[in-house]
Amino acid sequence: MSEAKSTAMPASSAIAGSISSAICNPRPRHSLLVRITHWLSAMCFLALLVTGAEIVISHPRFYWGETGNVNTPVLFKIPVPSSRNLVPTGYGYTLPDQNGWSRALHFQAAWLVVLTGLFYVLSGIFSGYFRRELLPQKGERSLGALLATLKSHLKFARPGVADAHSYNLLQKLSYLFVLFVAFPLVIWSGLAMSPMWDAAFPATVNLLGGRQSARTIHFFVSVFLLVFLLVHVLMVWFAGFWSRTIAMITGRIR
Amino acid sequence: MSGSSTQNSRRRLITGGLAAVAGATGLGVAARLAKKYGLVPPDGGGIYGPGETLNYMTQRVLARHSKAREFSKNQISKPPFANEIAKPSDEFKRLQAGGFADWRLTIDGLVERPGTFSVAQLRSYPSRGHITELACEEGWSYIAEWNGVPLSHVLDVVGVKPQAKFVVYISMEPNTWDSIDIDEAQHPQTLIAYGMNDKDLPVAHGGPLRMRVPRQLGYKNVKFINHLTVTDDIKKFGKGQGSVASEFGYKWFAGI
Repeated sequence: MSEAKSTAMPASSAIAGSISSAICNPRPRHSLLVRITHWLSAMCFLALLVTGAEIVISHPRFYWGETGNVNTPVLFKIPVPSSRNLVPTGYGYTLPDQNGWSRALHFQAAWLVVLTGLFYVLSGIFSGYFRRELLPQKGERSLGALLATLKSHLKFARPGVADAHSYNLLQKLSYLFVLFVAFPLVIWSGLAMSPMWDAAFPATVNLLGGRQSARTIHFFVSVFLLVFLLVHVLMVWFAGFWSRTIAMITGRIR
Repeated sequence: MSGSSTQNSRRRLITGGLAAVAGATGLGVAARLAKKYGLVPPDGGGIYGPGETLNYMTQRVLARHSKAREFSKNQISKPPFANEIAKPSDEFKRLQAGGFADWRLTIDGLVERPGTFSVAQLRSYPSRGHITELACEEGWSYIAEWNGVPLSHVLDVVGVKPQAKFVVYISMEPNTWDSIDIDEAQHPQTLIAYGMNDKDLPVAHGGPLRMRVPRQLGYKNVKFINHLTVTDDIKKFGKGQGSVASEFGYKWFAGI
């Protein structure tokens, strides 16, 4: 049907028309914008994770409040060796210092993911994407619906064919939480560790309870995001790793 | 339906193309403006250059005149954590034995009246103290009261020439130096510190003289300084990256 119509159109739309008819499904499962921002974010997240862990080992001790150092009591320690020999870790050796490039890459990846995220969120709001794809629909806004989706997840029920074209309720809620709670908090707590930023906006660090609290919050939100990533990949695996992954690369569901 | 979808994809193609062209032009214009207004850090090249430039640019725009948070006396950390220092040289030990009476701070470069200053001379200038946090890039931090002479005052004494862009500060520790832009140097909280917590600045904390830059991380606060050079061309120093820290992979701008 679309082929028949496309013959009456100018050349450029005819090409676009024939492409869409070849796909059979005019709207891709994931728009080009979603696919690009997804993989950019994934790349940045991995860079942030590796460099973040690298920076942590130069001082694997966490505190609450404004200040904290090896002379003050800890909130908790991570039982790993350190890249600094003044940190008492119980290990008899010191790891090499890799903080220089780790910090540079951490900030560069942060800039890229924040700008990507900003672009994604603004276009998601204005295109109606969030309303259409992520906001729970009328039938989903009930405790019953939530319990049903939880039950099917706990039973590890394999998703049906129709599920490949939309997100389920638990998926929507976790994506919304990551997008609008975890990401803002990890950005905020990260910025609160910048002394120059704190000079310009002292409330950002004071509201979190001080510099060391900000660092501890940054750590915990990062751990949460890592858990999200692992569960996300596990769920993708469960739903069919290649079909879902190819859908996020080409936009098509095979 | 298919008509609207092809129209849609054409519209998207056009807006996408326009956005790409606008984006590329915007980036080009931004890069030129950044260079013109001194918003590019000395180590703004290389693979991490874009991130570094954005960090520096943002702080120049948002925080140029902002003050570091100051704390109250009861928030001072006891005891402050003293980071590692290099083994003192024989020359340093000699100066220390003499109570640093012979310690000299040389100031040269783009100044009207280059000179050398003793610690006593620096102490005779109007002093400024602040209780601020020293935060290390590793993650730890402490609060102390710092006393010293504002660097801006010393720069007024020697008469900085208008074309000055950076102040380079050099330590007596071998191969230890850093620099800040002229705005950071003129910032009221930037001190040549000689006192800490109501005492002379301990050697463990960089005594007799330490650069105290409270809006930047610990490593910008170079200890044992004995030489300042005012310059308009930071590329002439070391490897041209604005500090020795770059030789260990660290970035010149440490406001983050």
